[in-house]
Amino acid sequence: MFYILLVILFLIVFFVIFIIGIYNSLIGLRNQVANAWSQIDVQLKRRHDLIPNLVETAKGYMRHERQTMENITAARSKAMSAETVGERAQAETALSGAISKFFLVVENYPDLKANQNFLALQEELTSTENKISFARQNYNDQVLFFNNKIQMFPSNTIAGMFNFKLGDFFQLESPAEKAAPQVSFP
Amino acid sequence: MWELIRANQRKSLILFFLMGAVLIGLGYSIGYVWTGFPEGGIVGIFIASGIWLLLTLISYMSGDQILLTLSKAAPVTQDVHPQLLNVVEEMKIAANLPAMPKVYIIPDPAPNAFAVGIKPEKSSIAVTAGLLSMMNRDELQGVVAHETGHITNRDIQYMTFAGIALGSVVLISEVFLRSMWYSGGGRRYSSKSSGSGQIQAVILVVALVFAILAPIIARLLYFALSRRREYLADATAARLTRYPEGLASALEKLANSDLNLVSANKVTAPMYIVNPLKKKGMKLSDLTSTHPPISERIKILRSMAAGAGYLDYQKAFSAIKGKYSKVIPDSALQETGTISIRSASEAKQEEKEKRKKTRDVGDLIRAVNKFLFLLCPCGLKIKVHPDYKQPSITCPRCHRELQIPSSGDIQTLSGIAEK
Repeated sequence: MFYILLVILFLIVFFVIFIIGIYNSLIGLRNQVANAWSQIDVQLKRRHDLIPNLVETAKGYMRHERQTMENITAARSKAMSAETVGERAQAETALSGAISKFFLVVENYPDLKANQNFLALQEELTSTENKISFARQNYNDQVLFFNNKIQMFPSNTIAGMFNFKLGDFFQLESPAEKAAPQVSFP
Repeated sequence: MWELIRANQRKSLILFFLMGAVLIGLGYSIGYVWTGFPEGGIVGIFIASGIWLLLTLISYMSGDQILLTLSKAAPVTQDVHPQLLNVVEEMKIAANLPAMPKVYIIPDPAPNAFAVGIKPEKSSIAVTAGLLSMMNRDELQGVVAHETGHITNRDIQYMTFAGIALGSVVLISEVFLRSMWYSGGGRRYSSKSSGSGQIQAVILVVALVFAILAPIIARLLYFALSRRREYLADATAARLTRYPEGLASALEKLANSDLNLVSANKVTAPMYIVNPLKKKGMKLSDLTSTHPPISERIKILRSMAAGAGYLDYQKAFSAIKGKYSKVIPDSALQETGTISIRSASEAKQEEKEKRKKTRDVGDLIRAVNKFLFLLCPCGLKIKVHPDYKQPSITCPRCHRELQIPSSGDIQTLSGIAEK
């Protein structure tokens, strides 16, 4: 009788440790997802900071391209003042479009392209664009790990018990970006 | 990606024990032969494990620093080469590394790169000046992604321990064989009776064979695993960048270079992205080469048509290496969803002419070595040696007197660029 009780006690202790382990790994993964999301924000802010410098440098060389410059500045301030997540995603996508259009126009200005300061800024902005897309990529990776853990046995039972919700993938809104997608999930 | 890391760590453990078994066998037989008693074999095991443990500890504490110093790598900051630092940070974000790897430049015109660091929290990436002048942005990203792949896959951890075990085996065998050579081997058995003498002669032969074979077996094991890790890091690089072509064309450029890396040697060779020692007759040494043939790596990367995930790499690998070869563990292949390839980056870089490239390498090497760059109004860039202590220097072309800025605001290569 005593031994049976001991075995039951051991089983209970084992079970509790098992649940704690899975619960903690779920929390860890959820924090990873949140962290990956904030990484995107960091890079978007960096892009906002770079744009005034870029416009300032290019202004002297590109007097005939006022429209392009104004587009960028407008897109930037729109992105910075966006309230909801949906608005924000849209504004940031528009900003990406304005920036890539700007760099296409720059091809016509060899003087500007030879400016060392401008080249340095261009490298920074290219890198920031890359960092944004890699941060999104990483965010989607983390969401995938998290969702797998929530849906797969045996962790799905514990996730259900504590009411963990599936993470949302980062989807691209504009059809232009969808044409050359970085990441896509079915 | 986690499955891949776990599978790698499991394999590391198996190799760890295999190498340990070889070491114990070696220690036992040598101890037995030296003392002539079975108890001596036990002592031999202790000594062999002691050497192994000591070397492992040293490599764990400061292995990365030793390797970086051996390859003459110098730590760099953002201003020496902004693009390199940016690309490393991009890969840090893509791979979700817990900390930014330290970046080093090796002042050498031969293009190559490697990564060190036992843990992803404390890792370093080193590239040569030659590589930086040769690659465009996408290619540099491919190379850095390959090195990041080594970091996330825990290859460095594993290769360091395997390398140390290999080193111990080679060291112990060498010492034993040399001692046998000088002592003639027979001296220690003269006092024994003839019956056990025969047994000892057999053990002596076994120990000799073991001491000769063990280093060879250990080397083959080490090299086989090193080659596999290169494929794995390529797969990870493709997945991180979503652009296999970047690494493929970087490898192509690396293959076409015939420069030898001065600071590399046989021990450090396996850690580079391509073998830094170009030997003649590489075909013969397929078993002992530390790297898979570059042409094959390029072919695999280029045939990844459907996507950039691990599954796509495995498919391409199987298509080229034959149906049954596995490179990526099954557990890592269960990724859901397709991972599509991105297009080439918009910022295209014109191919520089050869003279400009050579000059870039020189400037970069000088920047790493803390040279001072002064821009004379006549357009000449004067490179001042760090040991030059005069307050001013005369421009050799227009004979202007140029002030040398005080050490407080040292100008670097990009300091000039911002002027």
